[in-house]
Amino acid sequence: MYFGGSFTWGDFQFLLSGAVTTLSITLVAVIIGTCLGVLFGLVRASSPWWISNTLGAVLDVFRSVPLLIQLVLFNSFNSMLKLNWPTFTVGCICLGIYASAFCTEIVRSGVGAVPQTTRRAARSLGLSWLQELTSITLPIATRVVFPSWLGLALGVMKDTALVLWIGIVELLRSSQIVTARVQEPLLILGITGLIYFVMSFPIARLGNQLEKKWGTQ
Amino acid sequence: MDYQFQWRPVLRSLPDLLWGSLETVEIAGLAMLFGTVLAIFLALGKRSTKKYLIWPADAWIETARNTPALFQIYMLYFGLGSLGLQVSSYAALLFGITFNNAGYLAETFRGGFAAVPETQTRAARSLGLGAAQTIWYVVLPQMLRAVFHAMTNQMVWSILMSSLGVVVGLNTDLTGVTQKLNVVTYRTFEYFFVAAALYYLISKAFTLSARIVAWRLFRY
Amino acid sequence: MIAIENVHKQFGPLHVLKGVDLTVQKGEVLSMIGGSGSGKSTMLMCINGLEGIQQGRITIDGLEVHSKATDLNKLRRRIGIVFQQWNAFPHLTVLENVTLALRKVLGKSKDEAEMIAIEQLSHVGLKEKLAVFPSRLSGGQQQRMAIARALAMSPDYMLFDEVTSALDPQLVGEVLDTMRMLSKEGMTMIVVTHEMRFAREVSDRVAFFREGRIHEIGSSEQIFDNPEKPETAAFLKSI
Repeated sequence: MYFGGSFTWGDFQFLLSGAVTTLSITLVAVIIGTCLGVLFGLVRASSPWWISNTLGAVLDVFRSVPLLIQLVLFNSFNSMLKLNWPTFTVGCICLGIYASAFCTEIVRSGVGAVPQTTRRAARSLGLSWLQELTSITLPIATRVVFPSWLGLALGVMKDTALVLWIGIVELLRSSQIVTARVQEPLLILGITGLIYFVMSFPIARLGNQLEKKWGTQ
Repeated sequence: MDYQFQWRPVLRSLPDLLWGSLETVEIAGLAMLFGTVLAIFLALGKRSTKKYLIWPADAWIETARNTPALFQIYMLYFGLGSLGLQVSSYAALLFGITFNNAGYLAETFRGGFAAVPETQTRAARSLGLGAAQTIWYVVLPQMLRAVFHAMTNQMVWSILMSSLGVVVGLNTDLTGVTQKLNVVTYRTFEYFFVAAALYYLISKAFTLSARIVAWRLFRY
Repeated sequence: MIAIENVHKQFGPLHVLKGVDLTVQKGEVLSMIGGSGSGKSTMLMCINGLEGIQQGRITIDGLEVHSKATDLNKLRRRIGIVFQQWNAFPHLTVLENVTLALRKVLGKSKDEAEMIAIEQLSHVGLKEKLAVFPSRLSGGQQQRMAIARALAMSPDYMLFDEVTSALDPQLVGEVLDTMRMLSKEGMTMIVVTHEMRFAREVSDRVAFFREGRIHEIGSSEQIFDNPEKPETAAFLKSI
């Protein structure tokens, strides 16, 4: 019955191209988010409390306001300032900053998980602050927080669905376009959900396994 | 920048926005409540040894966690709609978030069960406490502490997710009201800025009260 | 009187108790010794019904523990047990730990329960710690609290399951002192322990467990000074 509709191979390819957009935005946003997050996280972990707390409070705003609202605001900034950035760029930057707010806390907790004594021991061997950071703290911290970071990346991937609101045709929006033509919402949404699931589930599984494996050591 | 800010109309419609905020809190709260109840069953289902209980619980939890919340809301709004079940945007939003909350909370509760060691139950039973008394006086209070922080976070997520109603046409919650006013006035930035501030206040007010409750409750 | 007749206990394919017979009289202190896995701790769990049995019978003052007709919750009020792991309820203060069962099981009023609890806590030397949460207590103090918690129910029998083996060595003494005091007061006690000096000193009788059976049983002098069986001697030597 379902496949008796006019859902074609072309429609499926259209959905896949939407998925590619979803993944591209995710990739760019995660890169932006991780770079900023590592930077802010290190600042938060190693600066005096008043800098650390101020930065923390500012980033907390991004975690306490719906992403949808942030997207609309950012988009209207774009037109107010006459930047004329394409919506794809707006979406990526907005999601990137949003992700950085979460990544900062992940990095901070990772650095916090490295025992002071280990860091002191490294410094006492004559390593400089930077050497100690790059050769001791960051490698240990990375391992500790990698599962959380994977979780964040998956979260960003799912959150990219919201950029349809500012007019980007990603996976979920693609499914609506196809639905408008084929009139089989349940089938097409089902396929869409499956695509999301396939993109997310294996990585989520990997994250869980790493957490178990590394958590017990 | 030659943009002229106009805050006056926004301030004039502040009462509307506040009513919308109330609905936002209502939806988020209800979705949390229903989600918690469902999550307990899902967590118990995953703990059971019966395949026909584990499988549906697994499917629910993994779908909730591996697809976007907006997709889940679409599924209810458009998907069920196509089966002839007309779902209002309010219901689609409420049950979409409920579905999502339940999936995430189920995993939280699974951890919560594990957080109270079997020896606590033994100690309680050996004093003559019954099974129900043991759960109520000994296991649950400790479980609550183990899951409290994660539940607080989930409630914040619930508040943030409730903004998605506007995408399926809801115009009575905070984001919905904001969008309705925006369409009429085109003062997008001003309206959404105030909405953002209100969301921030709601989230913070909730987080703060949760912290006070935790401080009163978990003195040990 | 606790009467144990031909008790068998299996965990799946694992045959832990292979026919144990034992009677413990009112006022008696019995120690159970033996290697790990010899079944002595499991025996203790069976006595108050925390574990089921596959064969045999355990009766306490004529009441059969594993009979469907027996109200286990009621029976357990008469048997106090203290475990190896400190089982303080972490979310309750020391006082509340002791009053919980008094109020919810025996239905005593708050005041009455607190009076009993304070008396028992003073008895084990924790009068100063009433409002403290267990996380602030040392292991020895937690174990003494657990003893007070069990005693508050005014049990006829007390079971101790290796109560000192998870403690730091310097904390063992205070817990043993508390148990010594109890034995002097005439409490009926079954003590699973690795503290041989203590067992010898307080026990009326000692049972040596080996491979799920009582391999040898006798007065404490007989077991420690003149064991009949070579395995008993070997075990005592190995300690």
